[in-house]
Amino acid sequence: MSDTNIHTEEHRNDDASKLGMWLFIFTELLLFGGLFLVYSIYRAQYPHNFHEGSLELSVTIGAINTIVLLFSSMTIAMALTAMQRNNKKLAMTMIVVTLVMAVVFLINKYFEWGAKFHHGLYPGSDLMALLERGHLLYFSLYFFMTALHAFHIIVGMVLLIVVLLRVKSNRIHAHKYVLLENGALYWHLVDLIWIFLFPLLYLIS
Amino acid sequence: MTHNTVDKIEYVSFLEHKGKYKGLFSWIFATDHKRIALLYLYAIATFFFVGAILGLLMRLELIAPGETIMKPQTYNGIFTVHGIIMIFMVVIPGLSAVFGNFFLPILIGAKDVAFPKLNLFSWWVFIFGSVLAVASQFMKDGPPDTGWTFYAPYSTATGTNVIMATTAAFVLGFSSILTGLNFLVTIHQMRAPGMKFFNMPLFPWAIYATAWIQLLATPIIGITLLMLIAERLFGIGFFDPNLGGDPILFQHLFWIYSHPAVYVMILPAMGVITEIIPTFCQRRVYGYKAIALSSVAIAGVGFLVWGHHMYTSGMSNQARWFFSLLTFVVAVPSAIKVFNWLSTMYKGSIDLKPPFLYAVSFIFLFIIGGTTGLLLGSVATNVQVHDTAFIVAHFHYIIFGGMGFAFFAAIHYWLPKMYGKMYNFKRANIAWAIIFVGFNLLYFPQFILGFQGMPRRYFDYLPQFQTGEVISSIGGFILVSGLILMVYNLVMGVRKGEPSPANPWNGSTLEWQIPSPPSIENFDEAPVIKKNPYDYN
Repeated sequence: MSDTNIHTEEHRNDDASKLGMWLFIFTELLLFGGLFLVYSIYRAQYPHNFHEGSLELSVTIGAINTIVLLFSSMTIAMALTAMQRNNKKLAMTMIVVTLVMAVVFLINKYFEWGAKFHHGLYPGSDLMALLERGHLLYFSLYFFMTALHAFHIIVGMVLLIVVLLRVKSNRIHAHKYVLLENGALYWHLVDLIWIFLFPLLYLIS
Repeated sequence: MTHNTVDKIEYVSFLEHKGKYKGLFSWIFATDHKRIALLYLYAIATFFFVGAILGLLMRLELIAPGETIMKPQTYNGIFTVHGIIMIFMVVIPGLSAVFGNFFLPILIGAKDVAFPKLNLFSWWVFIFGSVLAVASQFMKDGPPDTGWTFYAPYSTATGTNVIMATTAAFVLGFSSILTGLNFLVTIHQMRAPGMKFFNMPLFPWAIYATAWIQLLATPIIGITLLMLIAERLFGIGFFDPNLGGDPILFQHLFWIYSHPAVYVMILPAMGVITEIIPTFCQRRVYGYKAIALSSVAIAGVGFLVWGHHMYTSGMSNQARWFFSLLTFVVAVPSAIKVFNWLSTMYKGSIDLKPPFLYAVSFIFLFIIGGTTGLLLGSVATNVQVHDTAFIVAHFHYIIFGGMGFAFFAAIHYWLPKMYGKMYNFKRANIAWAIIFVGFNLLYFPQFILGFQGMPRRYFDYLPQFQTGEVISSIGGFILVSGLILMVYNLVMGVRKGEPSPANPWNGSTLEWQIPSPPSIENFDEAPVIKKNPYDYN
């Protein structure tokens, strides 16, 4: 693998780019890992409060969002396969579908958060200050984790928009698609983290 | 296009190379790993002197009991700022960003790092974070006064600029992650043909182990600082006991990163020493594999010892003896390295040039720092000296005596390669002697003071400690004057020194096989890879 690199004149090494993306995904997992650690400690400390807290979340909206993200993971994988088979049009369609799914996810999230805010339940509110400690920690973690995840969704969307524009201008094509592949990898990561967040926040009892 | 390396007229070094931009822009927008390394060098040297001046101000305050030159709150701000600058902006990036950037690609026979643009981006992120950190000192609410450790719940309650300082630490951590990522991919993907992992020189091995720590540990401090910021902004209560949070949890999360970070500082330092000793003994390094793998072992075990910072914070007895045991375990690979260095010197033809003087004093100081570390790793003594000047002495022996001296060793070793100029040996030796004496005068009394009960981070003390404090302050001034002489000598060397040959020390690793300073592509002909990089005949 490494034997060929020094002689290539073109500054391009797809294996290196992919390895870089995998390593970056490690760091992202550890970033959320710290949060999962905090979550598990406080859940062990306040199991009842966490249970009560999770009852106040809508499992339906959470489940819809899980399905939306899983579907988007499929579409971005299809975009990659389409690109490898040199079907530019299908690849672009699939990236657009993925982006639409991301927007649907964020809209759902907006309504979910909006309802909480409407009830006066948000970090720093007077109501939050009145809650029991475990309850307060549960909602603090809920807002912190979902906000950080939503931020990652937005970063992923920016990345996919860049990919889309490059596919359009033919800078990503059937023989050079590592950026699309990395974008898809990142998108799977965002999806994967949600798959952990959903049961941890919505389904505990 | 190939250049004839013998014909000097045709040869263009990276310093003179004309790229897309001119003047200053040809540096701050350079993607060449050597130019980025020099950018880091200038930035870090500047921050180091700012941090050193703050340290000197503390020594001035402590020269007599009571208020000498500043109020207690100012003192709190100064030791915090000193810590943030020195830890996050000097010693963590120090060796890997400067010498790792410059020499890692050359030592493995590559033309550049794997992602040159990302490399430049890391530098910009580093500068951005540093500006934030420095700015936090001057903004309205006053400099942060938590110490560089930002311990909760004080950090969630104090009115000073904690948010800005923690944001700065977060941004600097991001830069560190990207540098580590870049080096890992470089080592995996960019080695020259024939350069197997076990043909690599040992500095790349050290950088490799370091990069894994940077990559895997830094996100933990990232999320911890984010939680702290959210806690301050929204009163969330992760760490504030009044809101159900747990301040000890903060300490755990903080040290899960910050103990491995100590190895981010010291592993590249060990790597530098491992390069210098064979060169100045003209002898093959003893126990190549043991040194290479001990770097990896230190990185691995180093993840599991963070609890030894917290013996007095409230931990179960089982946890304490377990962390204590692991702390003793992590000393083993460090000791292996020391034995290997000494064995390399044995029967070698030792040449006492300035880099070697620094390297030998590194070993001396590192042994003092390391063994006092074991003293601190055992629970009973730790409880006695926790948060005293003893701790301050111990970690300065490791960080300054270790990483700092290795940095000075590295700059004296590689400066002729980086600039193609040689500095004055005699002046370098005098500066070394002043620094060595000043350093020990400054920090050794603090071991004794700590044992006698002088707490750290106090701006005042009982009269009985004055002798020790005065000696320590005098040492501080001697140390700084030595540093000034050293920097003057190096700067004069770069500006007016004699041109240096390609291989002034008769070194055997790849960087000495190319001209000084290197060309933009490093290797104009494919390098010849030896089976053992330290093969002296």
